[in-house]
Amino acid sequence: MSVKSKVIEAIRQIAKEQHVTLPELSDDLSLHETGFDSLAFAILVARLEDETGVDPFTISEDAAFPATVGDFVRAYENVPA
Amino acid sequence: MSPREIFALRDHLGAELRGRTLSDAHHVVSLTDILSQTVLGGRLRELSGRAVLLKLSDQLRSGLAMIELDGIARRMLLCPPDLNPAHLNALIADAGIDAVVTDEPGRWADTGIALVVTAQLPPEAAVPAKTERATEWLMLTSGTLGLPKIVGHTLEALTGAIVAEGPARGPAPVWATFYDIRRYGGLQIFLRAVLSGGSMVLSDPHEALADHVARLNARAVSHISGTPSHWRKLLMSGSAAKFAPRYVRLSGEIADQAVLDGLKAAFPNSSVGHAYASTEAGVGFAVNDGLEGFPADYLGNRNGVEMKVVDGSLRIRSTRTAHAYIGRAAAALTDDDGFVDSGDIVELRGDRYYFVGRRGGIINIGGLKVHPEEIEAVINRHPDVRMSRAKSRRSPITGGIVVADVILADGTDPARAKEIRDQILDQCRAQLASHKVPAVIRFVEALDVTPAGKLARTDA
Repeated sequence: MSVKSKVIEAIRQIAKEQHVTLPELSDDLSLHETGFDSLAFAILVARLEDETGVDPFTISEDAAFPATVGDFVRAYENVPA
Repeated sequence: MSPREIFALRDHLGAELRGRTLSDAHHVVSLTDILSQTVLGGRLRELSGRAVLLKLSDQLRSGLAMIELDGIARRMLLCPPDLNPAHLNALIADAGIDAVVTDEPGRWADTGIALVVTAQLPPEAAVPAKTERATEWLMLTSGTLGLPKIVGHTLEALTGAIVAEGPARGPAPVWATFYDIRRYGGLQIFLRAVLSGGSMVLSDPHEALADHVARLNARAVSHISGTPSHWRKLLMSGSAAKFAPRYVRLSGEIADQAVLDGLKAAFPNSSVGHAYASTEAGVGFAVNDGLEGFPADYLGNRNGVEMKVVDGSLRIRSTRTAHAYIGRAAAALTDDDGFVDSGDIVELRGDRYYFVGRRGGIINIGGLKVHPEEIEAVINRHPDVRMSRAKSRRSPITGGIVVADVILADGTDPARAKEIRDQILDQCRAQLASHKVPAVIRFVEALDVTPAGKLARTDA
């Protein structure tokens, strides 16, 4: 499974658990518009860390939290192996 | 006016009750004959009026030495097996120790303690001793990483709840506990066995659970106590099926409904009760209605135990509490009114109080305070869950999130893991505020339990 599809699947799973109705997940959708609150994002980052072994937001101290779904996915794609 | 009569342990023992024993995995010692015997090599006289450190590698000799020393020594400090040796010197200084009872005399040769007495088995014949004084019992607190605190008790305070309950009905009980008797919870059971006219079977840290249960059966144990963690381990082990005690007691941790129900199902003919006690606060109360928590009308003065809730935590004043912390920098044990603050946080729901956790065990989730025990109680209600531990995990988004490690009941089909995880999360979402719902649930094979029988929370 590609990194992107892993991330999207995790987002959908958490949305289901949190009873959040997601809009269509396009790359330029702002994270704010996903309907996720900070707790939902915290859960997402923790689960992705368990699945992929990385937490791109803790590794780099100056990493700004991404603004869009595309940025978020790229944060995981760009982690050096 | 004559001085008040002082009772020591020896005054509760006598040759008139036959067949009483204290046993461990290796030895059986007659309690009927013990008053005319010594494990101290006949050197009890030398220990009269001394402050004695009881530092033995097994519970059996410790228990027998306690019986001998009580009423003779000025004070005795009980060392639990997991005591960090690095703390020993500070404890010796704080307790003013001037004698040690040990099974490793060589280790005490150059320590500056003048009197070293070796405890040995089997007991030898000796002239029975007479009670001289009320010995001060010193116990150590558990659960903290730093120097344990020394807590001072009298035998009268330690046995207050036992005397108040009166003798057990029916044949003399055979007691056992998963605890070590050098800890408050285990000592309570040892004292019950001595005062009740019964016998006791000691635990052994090196023994497999199945062998332990076989020994409990062989010695016809009728009354047994442990922490909820001890009991969950027994329920998970599959050994419970061969065991049928009359009385099952839980203490030392929160007894949630799941473990009470699990024990009732495993031991349908036993009475199952949970007791509230701590080294400092003594025995507060026992709950025997099969439900978690305790009735709200337990607050106030009940059988000489006064309880109140201040800032959410249970406070207790009674003659069963410890009387002081002992040592150079000892803090006050009670508030100005004589109440011990237990640090156990309770919550009133309907006409019952429920334990939600320890004040010191709070984890911080995005600035909100969370008791891990409250989350575990909800997870444990799932029928396929045997045991769980909630803890915090660092999060770059909220600072912290809740994660939970879960042990599934024996024989659960691993293919159902995802389904069970979803059900646990649904259950948590229905019963807990959203920040308390675990972000991640991990299924694990085992969870660490401390030597004191409590779920290890060092990384919480």
